[in-house]
Amino acid sequence: MDPKIEAKQLNFYYGKQHAVKNVTLNIREHQITALIGPSGCGKSTFLRALNRMNDIIPGARVEGEVLLDKQNIYEHSVDVVELRKRVGMVFQHPNPFPKSIFENVAFGPKMLGQSRTTKLDEVVEKSLRAAALWDEVKDNLNKSGLALSGGQQQRLCIARVLAVKPEVILMDEPCSALDPVSTLRIEELMQELTKNYTIVIVTHNMLQAARVSQWTGFFLLGEMIEYGKTVDVFSRPRDKRTEDYITGRFG
Amino acid sequence: MPRTSFERHLHELQDEALVLGSMVEKAIYRSMDALKNRDLELAKQVVAEDSEINRKRFEIEEKCIELIVTQQPMAGDLRIIVAVLNIIVDLERIGDHAAGIAKIAIMIGNEPPLKPLIDLPRMAQKTGDMLRRSMDAFIHRDAEAARAITAEDDEIDGLYDQIFRELLTFMAEDPRTITRATRLIWAGHNLERSADRVTNICERVVFVVTGKMEEIGASKY
Repeated sequence: MDPKIEAKQLNFYYGKQHAVKNVTLNIREHQITALIGPSGCGKSTFLRALNRMNDIIPGARVEGEVLLDKQNIYEHSVDVVELRKRVGMVFQHPNPFPKSIFENVAFGPKMLGQSRTTKLDEVVEKSLRAAALWDEVKDNLNKSGLALSGGQQQRLCIARVLAVKPEVILMDEPCSALDPVSTLRIEELMQELTKNYTIVIVTHNMLQAARVSQWTGFFLLGEMIEYGKTVDVFSRPRDKRTEDYITGRFG
Repeated sequence: MPRTSFERHLHELQDEALVLGSMVEKAIYRSMDALKNRDLELAKQVVAEDSEINRKRFEIEEKCIELIVTQQPMAGDLRIIVAVLNIIVDLERIGDHAAGIAKIAIMIGNEPPLKPLIDLPRMAQKTGDMLRRSMDAFIHRDAEAARAITAEDDEIDGLYDQIFRELLTFMAEDPRTITRATRLIWAGHNLERSADRVTNICERVVFVVTGKMEEIGASKY
């Protein structure tokens, strides 16, 4: 099967700082790929390069290619809004809009031109169900998104991403602000979502990477040191640096 | 970031496995001494000490589980713990074989000896030696030594063949020897199985070092 995303010799610079060095990586469709590594290793920068989230940073520069279904997302002809619709993102801290639960989820479809109420109702319910939040909020859709618990807020943000029907979901430390039970719910949800979506997750929590992903990439100082099946990376890593990091002997 | 306490526990775990290995090695020699010297007291001791070996094995298993639960070992650390979990099962089973030989010594009791035992003690010596070196290879992460030890299993199989043929001749010549000869064949079989278990341990050593699970050398039996 062709990869959903192919990064080819991707380099990323913040001004003079070379944050991502020559990373080549295939992201497989309908699977979860985890990116791990110490702080400042370039994994988040790499993740954000997959939907051009770094474009807005002054002085940032990209070299190399990122192919989404064989098309380079850094070509001039690419519509970034369209790209981010196809490749959605969930952030470390849940960031619902200060609006109702309904409006949070309906926001994307509305922006993209959907105005029929019945259609919006349908999208909101479907997205909230897919994000495993529907049963908890269905009687309070007009309540503020900010009134939800942290874990619920994060699932609301996932529902908001799902509402625009993405193909890929990028998750940057999606559980680091959540308690263990909420974390487990998100992890379960991720497994559900792989039926229809491709997921790339950046996580500091190696056990989370081991639990949720099928593929793991280890980043260090901007380079991708090792990439392989999660079970192999965590049981028989090929590189000593990977071994040192995942066995907690790093540094 | 060193993980001093975890490292220490991991070392202790391997030391414990080494201790279990020597207990089992000693059981092999003692069971054979009991059989050779018709020492019923010693035979009874070996049988009794087998429960000590079993207890030790569970104790190590508990420690492995504790380390997995509390430290979430990964990579090389994980392979060491998985290897220990497997090795202690093999050791415990070799201990059972030694106890089996001691029980045979008890069964034979004071019946007149069929013949002086030569090849069986040799086989026991060789098995015990292979066992000790396989545990050394484990501690020293020496995959090459481990592979070499598995090749020596052929010698054990050869000795077993020899014992089998010789005792068959006794039985063919005088059917009154059948009971005693069969018991000695059992003793040889116990050693042959023990040596096979040693090759399992060697496979675990290769796994710890290389991460690969492979069957090294198939035993004739």
